[in-house]
Amino acid sequence: MQNIIDQFADTIRTAAERKAPLRICGGGSKEFYGNRIVGQSIDMLDVTAYSGIVDYEPTELVITARTGTRLADLEAELYGQRQILAFEPPHFGATTTLGGCVATGLSGPRRASVGAVRDFVLGVRMLDGRGDDLHFGGQVMKNVAGYDISRLVTGSMGTLGLLLEVSLKVLPLPPMEMTLSLQMKEAEAIEKMNLWAGKPLPISATCFCNDALTLRLSGTEAAVRAAHAKLGGEKVAEGTAFWQSVREQTHIFFQPGKSLWRLSIKSTTPPLSLPGQQLIEWGAALRWLISDAEVTAETVRAVAATAGGHATLFRSGESSVAAFHPLAPEMMAIHRCLKEKFDPMGILNPGRMYPEL
Amino acid sequence: MHPLELVADLRTFLPPEAVLYESEDLKPYECDGLSAYRQTPMIVALPQTEDEVVRILQICHMSKTPVVARGAGTGLSGGALPHASGVLLSLAKLKRILKVDPIARTARVQPGVRNLAISEAAAPYGLYYAPDPSSQIACSIGGNVAENSGGVHCLKYGLTVHNILQLRVVTMAGESLEIGGAGLDAPGYDLLALMTGSEGMLGIVTEITVKLTPSAEKAQVVMAAFDDIRKAGNAVANVIGAGIIPAGMEMMDKIATRAVEEYVHVGYNLEAAAILLCEADGTAEEVADEIRRIDEIMRQSGAIEIRTSRDETERLRFWAGRKAAFPAAGRVSPDYYCMDGTIPRKNLARVLGGIERLSTEYGLRCMNVFHAGDGNLHPLILYDANQPGEPEKTEEFGAKILEMCIEAGGTITGEHGVGIEKINQMCSQFSSRELKIFHAVKAVFDPEGLLNPGKAVPTLRRCAEHGAMHVHRGEEKFPGLPRF
Repeated sequence: MQNIIDQFADTIRTAAERKAPLRICGGGSKEFYGNRIVGQSIDMLDVTAYSGIVDYEPTELVITARTGTRLADLEAELYGQRQILAFEPPHFGATTTLGGCVATGLSGPRRASVGAVRDFVLGVRMLDGRGDDLHFGGQVMKNVAGYDISRLVTGSMGTLGLLLEVSLKVLPLPPMEMTLSLQMKEAEAIEKMNLWAGKPLPISATCFCNDALTLRLSGTEAAVRAAHAKLGGEKVAEGTAFWQSVREQTHIFFQPGKSLWRLSIKSTTPPLSLPGQQLIEWGAALRWLISDAEVTAETVRAVAATAGGHATLFRSGESSVAAFHPLAPEMMAIHRCLKEKFDPMGILNPGRMYPEL
Repeated sequence: MHPLELVADLRTFLPPEAVLYESEDLKPYECDGLSAYRQTPMIVALPQTEDEVVRILQICHMSKTPVVARGAGTGLSGGALPHASGVLLSLAKLKRILKVDPIARTARVQPGVRNLAISEAAAPYGLYYAPDPSSQIACSIGGNVAENSGGVHCLKYGLTVHNILQLRVVTMAGESLEIGGAGLDAPGYDLLALMTGSEGMLGIVTEITVKLTPSAEKAQVVMAAFDDIRKAGNAVANVIGAGIIPAGMEMMDKIATRAVEEYVHVGYNLEAAAILLCEADGTAEEVADEIRRIDEIMRQSGAIEIRTSRDETERLRFWAGRKAAFPAAGRVSPDYYCMDGTIPRKNLARVLGGIERLSTEYGLRCMNVFHAGDGNLHPLILYDANQPGEPEKTEEFGAKILEMCIEAGGTITGEHGVGIEKINQMCSQFSSRELKIFHAVKAVFDPEGLLNPGKAVPTLRRCAEHGAMHVHRGEEKFPGLPRF
């Protein structure tokens, strides 16, 4: 496997010499996400050959795998030990890899209750823009030696380095899950999601769409049954399939071909007045918007900023609109400076996140 | 710049009592919780607002004066050790809880607010701030962010980095940054994570928005005794293997158990090679179910004695001994030296065996307390600083333990931070290329290297030297604080 790393490092060094951009690619399932890479004659750096689980000790709650590993294979291995990636990463295709999951930093329905990818990343091995082989963090839960580079590179869209290996904290599969549905209007649903999140209830996912609030309870049988008694609601028979459809955006709400906005905002924000349809997740801290053509990006972003958050153009046919929310000038200055330190020649996924990076 | 000129500049906007420079006024600031390292600062500044922080930093930046931030000064790695020709920036007066939002389950606080004060302010709403470092009655939230503090419950509830949403940070140049947001994520790089645990090297935190967690209905603890430390280690693995994430899981070896029993009289089994405390929390139904399963696993794992707390008083009593481990060490030995390594749990028996061998080799006793759930080991080497050669032997012993932790796939510091204490061991854990990246990150925020110079990340030249934490009886900075 070292020879593959050596090849990657060679590719990076050559690209750095020529100042030729590289497009880091795993399974290609999230190619739609982010901006188009800037530059001419962009070479692809395919990571899929570097795959396999390096170390997995279920009783340590830690798995270390190469980033070319298919997420489905990794999750199957965990499932065999009745463990899960608790942040429920979306796959968006069968070929999706661990590297893409960590580089995009996307998390699924369980995020509000357990945390995001970045909360489970314990350590990384990576090549920076010089082709240097670097290790940060480790395979243990508690580690405060050095700056937290592992989390810095999580969600950095491959702009700071090529991820080689990642160690993740895993969690046991909940002994029982139950999905409930309650009919109510949006304002009431937002209020209820916030109210219940402040109670010791085993709510592991929430979704509001079409005047229905769907909840998932996860935990011991006793806890789930007690919570059901407190909350009421109809049991949903196909609960697993429902959450799968939300996670993978195969739910009927996510109409392909239309622009999809992702607004990550303060959970207590009342219903947003934006034209289009919305689906709410994460205890109302995440609002998906299928927007009308008339709504400008500026409007959506202003609404998100007013609500204490930011808006991402998650899927769109239009490349003229920047995918990610603009940064304040002083923050962009820091981002540029960080990029320059990790990737001095600016060859790793340039422009994928912001044109300046 | 001459110190008195700097004092005059600072006093143009700070009241006289907020700028200290007379040696008797500086004395209380000469060390943090790691009292073996002492240094009087040139000046202590005590701002009350973010605006004052900005102006202090601007002046120091202009005059190239080093700045060391300090919260409550309870840190155990010398992170707040002053600089001889620098300003010690105490954030202690920024101690207002600005807002508790019970619906959004957040609290916006200033850095000098005590960790426990946040939970106290949130308690009327059935909420609390989850990370609970042992010094939580005194330590400040700003210091917690700087060190990424954990606590006994972090396996289940996470560290500081998992429990904060937003920071206001002032850079050395005096620029204010908003990092994070009111949502669950923010655009761009994860600077919130980068800032957390950065030990005052990248910026000064002036405001923190923390997440609040609903208080559990109930908590109960199982105390199990084992005649073999391996069996205790296996019991921990068996609990986790059974799909249980305990709220807390702590282990003590025989020397530690005996030392604390003598001190707090809990009724621990003194013949046991290891004592395990395993706590469940949640709804009454959940706790009953989990405790029954933990009890069964302990039995199957070969526990020689099992007791379950019958009420809240007994639960706290079971914990009292574990929480008294550090002061107990101070009672049975004139001095002790505390280590803070983390290892993959599967290597526990091997590392403890290694520590035992080193203990014999050096002729020094060592008691071990262990955050067993997350692999964070605190060996306490017992020694006498007045015996010629013992401090040096202890230091060597400690360094070997940390090396062993790295070899076992672990880290030199789980929660106390690198500070000044473990700066040399950083060279063992990281390659020079990795250290260079750390220096580069530092330069992004503080190109002149004025914030907390000499801490957290060693220069490559420094790597040959050695450092250590020594606590001499009576010299511990906060003798009344529980340390675990």
